[in-house]
Amino acid sequence: MLSGFPATPTMLKIENIVKQYADHRALDNVSLEVEKGCIFGLLGPNGAGKTSLIRIINQITAPDEGSVYINGERLNPAHINRIGYLPEERGLYKKMEIGEQTLYLAQLKGLSKAEALQRSQYWFEKLEMQSWWKKKVEDLSKGMQQKVQFVATVIHEPDLIILDEPFSGFDPINAEVIKNEILELNKKGATIIFSTHRMESVEQLCDSIALIHKSKKVLDGRLKDIRNSYRSNTYCIEYLGEEIKPEATELYEVVKSRNLEDTKEIVLKLRNGVKVNDALQYLLSVAQIQQLTEVIPTINEIFIQQVNGIDHA
Amino acid sequence: MRKTLLIIRREYLSRVKKKSFLLMTILVPLLFMGMTGLVAYLTHTGGDAITEVAVIDKSGFFLPQLKNSKSLIFLPTAEEFSDAKLRAREDGSFVLFIPKDIGDQSQVQLVSEKKAPMFITNEIENQINNILRTKHLQEAGIDIATLERIKPNVSIEYKELTDEGEKKTDTKAAYAISFAAAILIYICLFIYGAQVMRGVIEEKTSRIVEVIISSVKPFQLMLGKIIGIGMVGLTQFLLWVTLSYLATKITDVQALPMLSALQTIPVGYILVTFLAYFLGGYLLYSALFAAVGSAVDNETETQQFMFPITLPLLFTYIMAFSFIVNNPNSTLSFWLSMIPFTSPIAMMVRIPFGVPDWQLYLSITFLIAGFIFTTWVAARIYRVGILMYGKKSSYRELLKWFLYKE
Repeated sequence: MLSGFPATPTMLKIENIVKQYADHRALDNVSLEVEKGCIFGLLGPNGAGKTSLIRIINQITAPDEGSVYINGERLNPAHINRIGYLPEERGLYKKMEIGEQTLYLAQLKGLSKAEALQRSQYWFEKLEMQSWWKKKVEDLSKGMQQKVQFVATVIHEPDLIILDEPFSGFDPINAEVIKNEILELNKKGATIIFSTHRMESVEQLCDSIALIHKSKKVLDGRLKDIRNSYRSNTYCIEYLGEEIKPEATELYEVVKSRNLEDTKEIVLKLRNGVKVNDALQYLLSVAQIQQLTEVIPTINEIFIQQVNGIDHA
Repeated sequence: MRKTLLIIRREYLSRVKKKSFLLMTILVPLLFMGMTGLVAYLTHTGGDAITEVAVIDKSGFFLPQLKNSKSLIFLPTAEEFSDAKLRAREDGSFVLFIPKDIGDQSQVQLVSEKKAPMFITNEIENQINNILRTKHLQEAGIDIATLERIKPNVSIEYKELTDEGEKKTDTKAAYAISFAAAILIYICLFIYGAQVMRGVIEEKTSRIVEVIISSVKPFQLMLGKIIGIGMVGLTQFLLWVTLSYLATKITDVQALPMLSALQTIPVGYILVTFLAYFLGGYLLYSALFAAVGSAVDNETETQQFMFPITLPLLFTYIMAFSFIVNNPNSTLSFWLSMIPFTSPIAMMVRIPFGVPDWQLYLSITFLIAGFIFTTWVAARIYRVGILMYGKKSSYRELLKWFLYKE
């Protein structure tokens, strides 16, 4: 290939998945691809089918139709040990000691006892949990339990880490700690899938996303591309001085205008073909510009736009 | 396979390490020892109470011949019967009144303020009848010495005809073992079956189940749990047998007629068949218990599904004591000991009375087929049930789960 960009290998490929429960179709012909080494957001409201899809990837259930590929291989039992899964419903054995429990879960993911012990010690030290080793889960706080659960999810150094509602239940400080650990694992090469209905919580982190609504995929792709495609040449300008009048109608139309405490703010949608510099040149002549930002819809707004389009169709 | 072993190991160790396991293991043989000790003590002393009976013998013939026993003493009294009655009302003593002319059909009177225990009336009746019979025999010209000599004393020694020749058996011991085995199997199936069910519910309510089945197949988890808990049961049994054996050595129960009768029974054979039927029955029922556990969110909801599991066990349990033990070789007993759902109890009741080998093998084959079947059915319900939270399930729901593909 002459192109300068090497094709990024695919970590996970989902092809035309259908999952039917007795009277409810949980997934309707869903396809998507997750590139290796990226952070992927699987987004959608509660009950959209995210957990059903994750359970299929984890081989907890099987699809009625369609297929799943990991690293180009059809999903098979050997893949189980390569995936780390943090379910939305967190759970540990309440009466079992933390250390013993971590060792057990690690060994179930295929580690030898020695490896399990060594990695547990590494993680317990890293997250400052050493003193919990002999404690029982029921003696820990919710946040502490979440940390243990996170360790159990990543202890076998999975290539693919799937986190369902990753930050729910954490206090802000621990959420930050866990977020940094996830980013570090990603830097080391792990592919991360965040599944959440709180889109704003992962928007900053994701490279790519897929939106799922009512069992169907409604949108997917690189976050940047998606947002670019939703750009509408709209800018928000903060300025001092006289109020900007909607007089230069050949350049823009005013979407909204308001007074802030010391400054004023105006949102302008530029006419087709008008460059931001052209508009700025004019504006500089009438007002003292403090700040100019492009208005790009958030994922949440894009989602609502998409869903409304579907529901009204 | 390695993962299933890990699960078995956890299920086993987490239970064996519990204090309650240790307590049960030590307490049960101690109870056994205490019970046998108590029985021995009671049968040897026969109760300490000695009953005194005041005798008014108008004939003067019986009093010298009445013999005192360990618990019964006859005391002559010169009182009138009416005075003696008044006294008996006050101090609660027994008064025996023998009229002057006593024929074969007449009655002697025993009065007391309270009811006389059976052994006292029996004893007095026997003695007086014997005295009368001896008197009549003497009057008929029969020498007492001759009479003593010809008193026969025949008892039945029952011998079973087997391939190895005649075998001395003791039906009483067979009864005892049948009862014990039936009760033990019945209780154990419930205890360990319920443990499996509780384990499944615990994993479901604590939500760890989803973490586990993202590492292993639901079937592996279910099987690991069943086998692990089964091994806990076996361990407990073996410890009980060993400790009870040691306990009997210490307490010297050879003196007890019941336990010495055990010696006529092939203990090893019964022990092995017991373990086989416990294991088979446990595997069969615990799979069903696991399915029930997977279908509910807490233990109180299990009731509706427990009925069909309890029914065959309870039925056989009642049949065991009312019918099988008295007719161990009847057609009904035979079939009950063949059907996998009833055979663990029914066969254990029959075994002490002797069961042909072919029946034993056939029954065990059916039992193995039975638990493979229930495990298959249970696994199909289990794999769906463990992921269903907060849903009240019905039999229809269970059927639907069973029919789901993969």
